[in-house]
Amino acid sequence: MSNQSLAVAPTVSAALTEPKAVRWLLTGLALAFLALFLVVPLLAVFVQALEKGVGAYWAAIIEPDALAAIRLTLIAAGISVPLNLVFGIAAAWAITKFKFRGKAFLITLIDLPFSVSPVISGLIYVLLFGLQGWLGPWLKAHDIQLIFAVPGIVLATIFVTFPFVARELIPLMQAQGTEEEEAALVLGANGWQIFFRVTLPNVIWGVLYGVILCNARAMGEFGAVSVVSGHIRGLTNTLPLHVEILYNEYNFVAAFAVATLLALLALLTLVAKALLEKKVRHTVKSASKPIGVE
Amino acid sequence: MNFILKQRSVLPGFGLAMGFTILYLSLIVLIPLSGLLFKTATLSWADFWGTVASARVLASFRLTFGAALIAALINGVFGLLVAWVLVRYRIPGKRIIDALVDLPFALPTAVAGITLAGLYSSNGWIGRFIEPLGLKIAYTPLGIMVAMTFIGIPFVVRTVQPVLEDLEKELEEAAACLGANRWQTFVRVIFPAITPALLTGFALAYARAIGEYGSVIFIAGNMPMVSEITPLLIITKLEQYDYAGATAIASVMLLFSFLILLSINLIQWWSRRHAER
Repeated sequence: MSNQSLAVAPTVSAALTEPKAVRWLLTGLALAFLALFLVVPLLAVFVQALEKGVGAYWAAIIEPDALAAIRLTLIAAGISVPLNLVFGIAAAWAITKFKFRGKAFLITLIDLPFSVSPVISGLIYVLLFGLQGWLGPWLKAHDIQLIFAVPGIVLATIFVTFPFVARELIPLMQAQGTEEEEAALVLGANGWQIFFRVTLPNVIWGVLYGVILCNARAMGEFGAVSVVSGHIRGLTNTLPLHVEILYNEYNFVAAFAVATLLALLALLTLVAKALLEKKVRHTVKSASKPIGVE
Repeated sequence: MNFILKQRSVLPGFGLAMGFTILYLSLIVLIPLSGLLFKTATLSWADFWGTVASARVLASFRLTFGAALIAALINGVFGLLVAWVLVRYRIPGKRIIDALVDLPFALPTAVAGITLAGLYSSNGWIGRFIEPLGLKIAYTPLGIMVAMTFIGIPFVVRTVQPVLEDLEKELEEAAACLGANRWQTFVRVIFPAITPALLTGFALAYARAIGEYGSVIFIAGNMPMVSEITPLLIITKLEQYDYAGATAIASVMLLFSFLILLSINLIQWWSRRHAER
């Protein structure tokens, strides 16, 4: 038997992969594509930013308008990420721990913001709260300004990052099932105890994963925020909008300097994502193991 | 207990979680989105059609949908290639390359936009080699395609990759044993298995490219009738306080996005039915 498998093995394995030349060609093509479209642009951001030296780079970042933009970006992300986190957990709890009709439809509705153009995501709030909008006259009468002001920016950011946490958590909690929670219930735990002691520890990496993606988009959103911002320097400019203004003023070094902050955020996000992906996959695998096999 | 939302579980918290979910979803997504539809409904047909069928808007539709289609096709081919190489071959630094594929998701679109515009302009790193060949990329429809390709890269890779990983080796072994060569195995056995994922990734990349704004406008040139994409036209209308015009164009785009979303759901439903048989 061993003789036979020795004789057969090489030919079978040769038939299960491509000739060496083809493998090299495919790998080379794929890497060239990724280098051209991903690596070169990433390098270009940093090279352009440092073109006039570290002094010019640093001056562009500590300039008051840039600092104001950083602050507003942190505020927008600081409000929208926690809200969408609470929503994501509530939605995942309702969808994965209970059975009801129209579940698939509800998931589709939650995913909706991903299929809406960023520009339209901003437009819907202008139509609702802008001066010519449905609630515009009422808001004006009460001297409340949402559009071309910080609340509008926060709302638009919440909209574009709406599905992130929910869509990470739903498949994860689906895979976990409800047995552990039911066991906790039988042992006398109340709802909050079940959630904090049983459910949350099981999905914590997934939660973190969703939060990181949500945060990256919240800090980097451009289109939707651009529509509702009004572009008032130092007041309603987020970091991406500040980059745009500098670029349109042909202040390229400053534009790319500020852009490196966002590029660094992107790189950190990618590293965190890669690290968490392994943990999340591990959680799903151990959850899908049948009970009693441990 | 609620009879419409039949909850069948002993666990607590359904009312609270479901209530909050529906409330938040309505406030943030459903009510604002339906505001757009109501606004469209208040337009007269002549106004709506006059905006949507005007030469400038039609040109922007042609450009946006056309460039997005080509970008999605490029991503279909290269996304499959990248997924294949990442799953099947041993290459040094694979984890880094794999993580890098998500860069277009993580990099803010404005940063991507100014960087691509810089690279492909006539004195940029790439533009300076291409321009002598008589090819202008930045500030032309070609530049729009480049930006749309960039932002669509992760979609096809990330939908095809897991399917390729889960593909049963036995099927390929069986095909090889039955005398199929490698190319026949790929075309007859592997490709049909990954087709639904490939189509889903293609549709996602297409939808994203159609709606994309930030990474495109810097490299686009934004000349009316030539290199003006539809999302930019919506913003232009808004800046002229032509809310009705902006709404009319937006509703057409939204309709198209929903059609793509629907076709993605159909593809997945169809492939699940095939898998069950």
